[in-house]
Amino acid sequence: MPSLKDIRKRIASVRNTQQITKAMKMVAAAKLRRAHDAAVESRPYAEKMRELLANLSARVSEDSHPLLVAREEKRIDVVFVTTDRGLCGGYNSNLFRLAENFLRDHPEQEVSFRFVGRKGADFYRRRGRGAMDDSPVTWHLPPEEIAAAAAGRFIGRYLRGESDGAYILYSEFHSALSQKPTVARLLPVAPAKVDEDQHLTEYLLEPSIGDLLSNLLPKSVEVQIYQALLEAVAGEHGARMTAMESATSNASDLISHLTLQMNRARQAAITKELLEVVSTAEALG
Amino acid sequence: MAGDISLRVVTPVRLVLEERVDELTAPGPLGQLGILPDHAALMTTLDIGQLSYKQGGSTSVVTLAGGYAEVLDNVVTVLADAAEFPAEIDTARAENARARAERALEETDPTDEEALAAASAALQRALVRLETAARR
Repeated sequence: MPSLKDIRKRIASVRNTQQITKAMKMVAAAKLRRAHDAAVESRPYAEKMRELLANLSARVSEDSHPLLVAREEKRIDVVFVTTDRGLCGGYNSNLFRLAENFLRDHPEQEVSFRFVGRKGADFYRRRGRGAMDDSPVTWHLPPEEIAAAAAGRFIGRYLRGESDGAYILYSEFHSALSQKPTVARLLPVAPAKVDEDQHLTEYLLEPSIGDLLSNLLPKSVEVQIYQALLEAVAGEHGARMTAMESATSNASDLISHLTLQMNRARQAAITKELLEVVSTAEALG
Repeated sequence: MAGDISLRVVTPVRLVLEERVDELTAPGPLGQLGILPDHAALMTTLDIGQLSYKQGGSTSVVTLAGGYAEVLDNVVTVLADAAEFPAEIDTARAENARARAERALEETDPTDEEALAAASAALQRALVRLETAARR
């Protein structure tokens, strides 16, 4: 049985930890609000972009722009979006499982990863495989810059024939409690299909359909990455909030358990002292 | 005929503007692009410049850092990389950006077309911002 003093010390330490997890939870909740708003606010842009692209590509054949042409996948580029920091529950390990599955599904292909977030890079550095470059992009950069850089790089590689496809692995945001690890294809661009029966509106196009496409296609890849990054950030904060919430309540349970133990120990000590006093009195009497 | 066109300006960051307007002028790729009610369906890229629109007697302006526009059934949707109202423009920051862009233009290797284009686009963005801010 641990001594009274040990238990008191232990309770104090658990209480300290609980204060930290509680603070982290509140910080995550505030950040989640902001990240969630950002993801929602950018949605109209992304949706309209998809609509324009679907509309445009419906009136050209698939081979009218190199970014639309699919070829046999031998080399694939992948953006792997994880977090820089831990303490966010199963968020990253779910993503690692997704990435491992992705590698298993593409055994023949040469897969090169581009990491956003330290955790993914650390995971694959330990396994020594697949990295396009050593240093991950960290979240210190604003997401629009990360997206622009990644899109530019992948499109360049695709057009030069250095890769035959590009994917993004990230965590889709559903709610603070649930994030779904997702694979989405970036290249070749596959525009949403317009309903066949629906009458295609005749548009005037400026400057020309080719120019519009070569302008819109790279932009749409960038927007897709950007949107994914926003969702990933929101998911990270959501996951961290949930994890810290349960850590805080675990700490509460532990404290009440320890308090009970402490009271028992104190009671036992008192009883023992009483017994000693009584028996001494009897012996003297 | 007040407000026959519904104008929506969206950027990746937010919905900037959603208004009924009488007419608007946008920076098209082939020059200024005026849009009146019942304009034919149109899809176009937009250059860096000012988008101005009239409501009743008053004209308002937003800066656009390039993008796309769709006109369909009197609904104009502008997808801009960035858009700002005159009141939102930080003149000091824009001035700095202009100085930086001018320096970049001078220092860039003239054979590097991509860098040159990026620098001149940055300069143009700064100039448009300053011009818009001056009208405030």
